[in-house]
Amino acid sequence: MKALDTWERVLIALIALVYLAFGLGIDGFLSPFALADSTTNMSEKALIALAMALLVIAGEIDLSIAATMALCSLAMGFAMKAGASLPLMLLAALVTGVACGALNGWLVTRWRLPSIVVTIGTLSLYRGLAQVALGDQAITGYPERLSTWGNGTLGDLLGQPGLIVPIEFVVMAVMALGVGLFLHRTVHGRRIYAIGANATASQFSGIAVNRYRWGLFIFAGVMAALAAVLLTGRIGSTRPNLAMGWELEAVTIVILGGVAIEGGRGSIVGTVLAAVLLGSFTFALGMLNVSGIVMSMIIGALLIIAMVLPRWLKFGGLLRWRARGA
Amino acid sequence: MTLAPTRVRREWILTAIIAVIVLGVGARTPVFLTWRNALDTGNDSAILAILVMGQMAVLLTRGVDLSAASNLALTGMLCALAGKAWPGISLPLLLVLACGVGALLGALNGWLITRFALPSIVVTLGTMSVYRGAIFVSSRGAWVSDQDIHPLIKGLPRDTLLGLPMLLWFAAGVVALAVWLLRWRREGRELYAYGGNPSAALYAGIPVRRRLMLAYTVSGLLAGLAGLLWVGRYSIAFTELASGYELTVIAACVIGGVSIGGGVGTVAGAVLGVVFIGVINAALPVIQVSPFWQQAIAGFVILVSVALNARSQRQAGRQILERGHAPGTQGAAA
Amino acid sequence: MPSEPVQPVLSLRGLHKRFGPTHALRGVNLDLVPGEVLALIGENGAGKSTLVKILTGVYPLDEGEIRLRGKVLRLARAHDAHAAGIVAVHQETVMFEELSAAENIFIGRQPMRGWPGLKVIDWATMNRDAQRVLDQVGAGFAATTPVRELSLAQRHLIEIARALSQQAKVVILDEPTAALSQAEIRDFYGIVRGLKAQGVAVLFITHKFDELFAVCDRYVVLRDGASVGTGLMAEADESGLVRLMAGRAIDQIYPAVRSVPGEVVLKVRGLSHPTEFDSLNFDLRRGEILGFYGLVGAGRSEAMLALMGLNPQARGDVTVEGRRIDVREPADAIAAGLAYVPEERQRQGGVLSFSVRHNMSLAALAGPRHGLHGKMSRGPWLSALRESEFAQRMIERLSIKTASHDTPLSGLSGGNQQKVVIAKWLGLNPRIVILDEPTKGIDVGAKQAVYQLIAEMVEQGLAVILVSSELPEVMNLAHRVIVMRRGRQVHEFAQGAADAEAVVAAASGLGEGAIAPAGSRTVSPAFSACQTELAA
Repeated sequence: MKALDTWERVLIALIALVYLAFGLGIDGFLSPFALADSTTNMSEKALIALAMALLVIAGEIDLSIAATMALCSLAMGFAMKAGASLPLMLLAALVTGVACGALNGWLVTRWRLPSIVVTIGTLSLYRGLAQVALGDQAITGYPERLSTWGNGTLGDLLGQPGLIVPIEFVVMAVMALGVGLFLHRTVHGRRIYAIGANATASQFSGIAVNRYRWGLFIFAGVMAALAAVLLTGRIGSTRPNLAMGWELEAVTIVILGGVAIEGGRGSIVGTVLAAVLLGSFTFALGMLNVSGIVMSMIIGALLIIAMVLPRWLKFGGLLRWRARGA
Repeated sequence: MTLAPTRVRREWILTAIIAVIVLGVGARTPVFLTWRNALDTGNDSAILAILVMGQMAVLLTRGVDLSAASNLALTGMLCALAGKAWPGISLPLLLVLACGVGALLGALNGWLITRFALPSIVVTLGTMSVYRGAIFVSSRGAWVSDQDIHPLIKGLPRDTLLGLPMLLWFAAGVVALAVWLLRWRREGRELYAYGGNPSAALYAGIPVRRRLMLAYTVSGLLAGLAGLLWVGRYSIAFTELASGYELTVIAACVIGGVSIGGGVGTVAGAVLGVVFIGVINAALPVIQVSPFWQQAIAGFVILVSVALNARSQRQAGRQILERGHAPGTQGAAA
Repeated sequence: MPSEPVQPVLSLRGLHKRFGPTHALRGVNLDLVPGEVLALIGENGAGKSTLVKILTGVYPLDEGEIRLRGKVLRLARAHDAHAAGIVAVHQETVMFEELSAAENIFIGRQPMRGWPGLKVIDWATMNRDAQRVLDQVGAGFAATTPVRELSLAQRHLIEIARALSQQAKVVILDEPTAALSQAEIRDFYGIVRGLKAQGVAVLFITHKFDELFAVCDRYVVLRDGASVGTGLMAEADESGLVRLMAGRAIDQIYPAVRSVPGEVVLKVRGLSHPTEFDSLNFDLRRGEILGFYGLVGAGRSEAMLALMGLNPQARGDVTVEGRRIDVREPADAIAAGLAYVPEERQRQGGVLSFSVRHNMSLAALAGPRHGLHGKMSRGPWLSALRESEFAQRMIERLSIKTASHDTPLSGLSGGNQQKVVIAKWLGLNPRIVILDEPTKGIDVGAKQAVYQLIAEMVEQGLAVILVSSELPEVMNLAHRVIVMRRGRQVHEFAQGAADAEAVVAAASGLGEGAIAPAGSRTVSPAFSACQTELAA
């Protein structure tokens, strides 16, 4: 439950490596504007990775989170088409996110179903519903303010052109701080670790295990809504394949960040670092015109390597990556 | 081998539901009940059946193979490219290529899972992307369209034998092989054993690693075969082929009573699951529901099936009290 | 009785096994002779189950030698034990529930038929052979029955049938009768005699003395991981064996419980469950130790889980200190002052990957409703300082042997782990503490410490429910003993009024007026012979 440990240090080193290598190789990679740009994609993914990290630490998983994003964006778009104001549009997204998360939570706790299978099912269901609602169409014409949130900088918001920190990055940083404090410094965080490490003993000790599971799935829905709002604002449209495949990236970020897939271990700092690492890496690849499919391929490979490496090293008797006290 | 009453009942219930759907749709649209339509449905379901048999082997061991569809697409593309590059290629060679590449990709999954004790869900999530990306890399993003597909590949699913297309024969053959493996071979029974109680399987001396490798390799091999047939049937090969299809495969398994928790499931049930999905998919356009509903329905059906599975498998606490005793007849007053 | 010594089939010399800091086996020597039943006696934590796991190839040996018919035997994996003809029948049967009895018997070696290379399982032969060997052990069910539908006793029979069909040379029976009724036990003795007649060497592990004298030929006593004595059962006597097992006199193990029960703190009326237990009624007094005795599977743990809100289908009236409480989840029970130290330490009691400190604060930090997490934290904010202070205090008070309070629980011995779990609950200042098999799998020193702790707890005014299958524990510590059988409360004995024979008889179901089984002796000193029964 420590926030900064061996694995996190390795991640920091890798991030430095990426920036160095690509900075030397690609012109303008290290310019402030490029750096600011590189954070936009990673910020949205980091938001859902935060929620995913909490779930995985608690011994669950949510593969439907990206599909939830699509539905939230859809809800926002429909609200807009129905003439709703911006706040109402945001509310629509939020309510949709909460509903999607609540369904997951209900199936997992009330029916005691494994979250992996439930969220594979809801992934299908939510994506399918998005497809049914939109078909081949897209929703565009979102208000200016939304675009500012997605694309703009803090300077745009405060009227100071010098501040080039993207709004999305700020949102992500604030949420990361909040979630980090929650997980590492509050009793709730301790309970979440306990649930992931041994749900039976946690229950016997009086922890309201199911209530936490519910809450974490709903939180995932809320994060999905937030990420959807920002993403929709940034790209300016809603399609059924919004954030397609992002659940894989979220899981990759979480595992890369040092969270154990079996639960009970991991940190938010690691997750955020992994998001930055992956984000900067893919941004650099994008600048090199690598296609999206190949990037997915690389991310898939990274996921596997991230899991194999600790176990391979453990078997090889080398450095004890996982030598953390509880 | 006696089947518990609940299991047998499940297969009958499923058959009944399928019959109801078929008759219901047929009543409104009589063309649904023709032999032609049945054949079409069969053809559409054949590839699913082949994939389901492979996925079932993996599910029995408490694992899941999310890379099946990507494997299918990659192998299919490689076969299409091979057919394009070497027009003189023979059919047996194509079959060997398809099954071989598929098996290799499956074995890679198996190796990662057994050698490093990794959870199958995450490993196959990763290989799903890797294999998908490999299609793009191998084809440089280009499609292999109808005129470039080797005639042998195109002909494979279409040639008929005794009046039925080879595609159905392939499916039937794979189902028969599945029955043979899972009921008549030690290796298959040990898959059930491992899925039912992994630690007991170790104590019983079952070569666990070898069995897991077998399950994943079989899943891969069948995905490879399915890939060749898919490319032949639809006369096309491209990067996004069968994208998302793995969920349909899992849906069919789960509907058919194959438990995600491992150790439970029959070939008959799985086949019924395939028929169920096939019938639904055939019915949708007939009752004029847009194909866009397919994914949503697949998801919904998975959820319902898993919930029902869980209900029937859950024990309501141990039976400690002697049956037949009315409660409250014994015990002391304060 | 053979006149010349028979060559042992299995010889163990100088076996050592360590688990981290725990030296579980320190030099075990024993010989198993064909056609002979060797009793392996020892207290909880003496090393019996470790020895069995080594013999079945589950754990590798650190030091020492195992010889099979004179040749050195390497047991690297379970498979090697099977190949050597060593089979174990455990208390918790290890079965494949979805497969049939026949399949369980023949798993991994099913008879095959057909053409070479294309062989298939010969179901007919398998079922027939399985049925034959099942009939041999007196099983009354079909070989094709799925194991899911069979009782524990029936599953034991399958395991024995499996051993027979494997031409096992050595059969290890690990507490095989713990959950069986008297009638089933009698049948079981017959099976053991049958194994003897077939020249199998039997290693029989049990706590029950009457079984030792009824069925075993020789004995080996394990104490603290070493073999300390061996001899013929015919030449042994109970007190001698007890002395060997404990290494000290009985009055040195159990503390004098000096507290006198006061007013009633817990009233349970009509505690029932659809399938697990029915109509439980009892009172618990301040300063009292109430023992709950019964065979394994009698429903005691299930009843305690119900009191703690962990058994959703249970119903009943529970009153704590005069107030009726409605327990729907553990937090409700904890808020009312109950604490439960569960039977399975590693699965239910503690979080192995957490440190000692974090385990100790787990219950206190579990929820705000029991109003205690304020003490161990600063509101919702964790306080490493407060947790460490508490942990340090507890480590000293309970003499917990650990490198530091940051050591993961997995690094402690069983006894110390148990102390950590108890410390966790004591941190809540409970009024009522339920201990479920608290000394299962822990060494003698730790057991003593736990007994001492229990005595102190009640002296300080707590009330304790002690659920245990170890008769001496219950008899020596409890003020009163409630006996449960098959989910029902059958007798209540007051201290000084309980006779060990009567208690065992009640637990095994001999009923009123029946004669207690001959030689039903146990380790405790005899109490006076009157018994009281509750009005039905």
